[in-house]
Amino acid sequence: MQMYEALKAYNLPDEQGHFGPYGGVFVAETLMHALDELRTQYDQMRKDPAFIAEFASELKHYVGRPSPVYHAKRLSQHCGGAQIWLKREDLNHTGAHKINNTIGQALLARRMGKKRIIAETGAGQHGVASATVAARFGMECVVYMGSEDVKRQSMNVFRMKLLGATVVPVESGSKTLKDALNEAMRDWVTNVENTFYIIGTVAGPHPYPMMVRDFNSVVGRELRTQMPEVIGRQPDAILACVGGGSNAIGAFYPYIEDRDVRLIGVEAGGLGLASGKHAATLCAGKPGVLHGNRTYLIQDENGQIIETHSISAGLDYPGVGPEHSWLKDSGRAEYVAITDDEALNAFHTLTRMEGIMPALESAHAVAHAMKLAPTLAGDKVLLVNLSGRGDKDMNTVAERSGLKL
Amino acid sequence: MSRIAETFKKLQSQKKQALIPFVTAGDPAPAMTVPIMRALVSAGADILELGVPFSDPMADGPTIQRSSERALKHNVGLKDVLGFVREFRTSDTTTPVVLMGYANPIEAMGYVTFAASAQSAGVDGVLVVDYPPEESKDLVGLLKKCGIDSIFLLSPTSEEGRIEQVGRMASGYIYYVSLKGVTGAANIDLKEVGAKLPLIRSHIKLPIGVGFGIRDAQTAKAIASISDAVVIGSRLVQEIESSQPDQLIGNLSTLVGGIRRAMDER
Repeated sequence: MQMYEALKAYNLPDEQGHFGPYGGVFVAETLMHALDELRTQYDQMRKDPAFIAEFASELKHYVGRPSPVYHAKRLSQHCGGAQIWLKREDLNHTGAHKINNTIGQALLARRMGKKRIIAETGAGQHGVASATVAARFGMECVVYMGSEDVKRQSMNVFRMKLLGATVVPVESGSKTLKDALNEAMRDWVTNVENTFYIIGTVAGPHPYPMMVRDFNSVVGRELRTQMPEVIGRQPDAILACVGGGSNAIGAFYPYIEDRDVRLIGVEAGGLGLASGKHAATLCAGKPGVLHGNRTYLIQDENGQIIETHSISAGLDYPGVGPEHSWLKDSGRAEYVAITDDEALNAFHTLTRMEGIMPALESAHAVAHAMKLAPTLAGDKVLLVNLSGRGDKDMNTVAERSGLKL
Repeated sequence: MSRIAETFKKLQSQKKQALIPFVTAGDPAPAMTVPIMRALVSAGADILELGVPFSDPMADGPTIQRSSERALKHNVGLKDVLGFVREFRTSDTTTPVVLMGYANPIEAMGYVTFAASAQSAGVDGVLVVDYPPEESKDLVGLLKKCGIDSIFLLSPTSEEGRIEQVGRMASGYIYYVSLKGVTGAANIDLKEVGAKLPLIRSHIKLPIGVGFGIRDAQTAKAIASISDAVVIGSRLVQEIESSQPDQLIGNLSTLVGGIRRAMDER
């Protein structure tokens, strides 16, 4: 398996975890030792054939990989223009791409002898994926979740509890994902000896953005093999939603050197960029330091982090993975925003046209594909990373339709 | 010599240790900050640590988080904090003031503007929790040119190589975080602190302050017997939180005065 050899020239991050000016290790001294230990261990594991084989085996037999690619013919016909294909990460065990990373980190935790794992979660998908692998490997699991998100995602909270995890509602700050991350960091610094912190996205201090990317890049590596099999070539563009950006980087990374493939990250435009109520960090933010790395942030003129808004809890984050910041500045990837209404419309359209109910997060990427397709010729191919399924969003969608379940 | 170095030199000659209280600027209200600073000095503080409010104080426990939230309700930002220092300097030109906070407000202001504004306001030291030495070379250099000390943290998990690295960049004093965890967490382990300080001293010649988990006069006294300075934060912030506005200054003065006396007892 050529997990880490897909790229020859693109070799970011550097030793200190920098992607150009972004990334790095911006944490208190109290966490330095733990991060050093993690970096050393991961450096060994990523080169260890036994670890790589174990990871691959889990992905195949437990997650159900490879996930298929699917030609959304009726949707393509409906939109006119380019052909829309879907990478079916929604078919993974637990219903999203998040499990790729949690399996990888849990295997690492086990090899490091850590018996307790903690995680932060927004929509609850990463929390569920963490609780799942904790059950799978017999570890204690504590999940921090903003109390606002606990309300929005009650189904996932129940799933985590069934899996044996403790869900801690976080009441500080804006009571969403960023505050859950703060609280998980506080737990980690206090219990650093026996605890492994499974960060759910490509953010946080080095080596997290690199490690989470590596684990999720199975998505892009499968695509590189699958697309030539089904269309005889690579797609013209890959689209993925970006909150923290882990599903997007997973799909993008193996294509970074393949300049013929457009990489398009789709952010949460909320009520519109002009409204100020959105979570489109790369489209409307500016660089700063939060959660252990330098990256684009949604912030005010005093450098305070501003509360974000999105219909999808999983995109409701004021930062973004540092590698996306670099891909934006370098011009290698494009980033756009899709509003709540556009995402919701895409949710309904995909559901009715293809019988596939996307997560509201993924619906943002679908919505942009639906916008882009009619502007392109019929022989062009847009590949949408359908990062998760929509079951968890039934309450939100019902509420928006004026229904109560 | 910097105000911080002078302060430690003077205390050393008196065989005393520095008392360094921490309060969050703008808590409970902007108008209270300078009166609180003056009261702390009158009650026996040698150096003041002034917290710059931040929306996401990752290294702080609930007490200091809430103080940041109270200050942010009044929109207190880094510019305002520099304003408080400038006002404090109109009546006090000797007590060192150290700004303590997180990276992003400084990132937003820009390093050059921050260093120059801090110097003109009368700031003596800067401690940025999430700027470890490897990420703060540029800022430390700029601050040094402006005569401002860069204060760094060390923790129970800092190993020898790390201590040397911090020692190469730090000035003013070293802030030893005396326990694993966030501010305001459980009580301090005196034995552990006593065992670690000689290792730090063997690599770094600066005075060492100890903080995190010091909640009363007796602990402060015990810490003072093995360190050069005692930092008290959450306990004071708790007092600010629980005091009626008209009794706040009095309560803080009593608390800090008691700690001062205990530290000076022989």
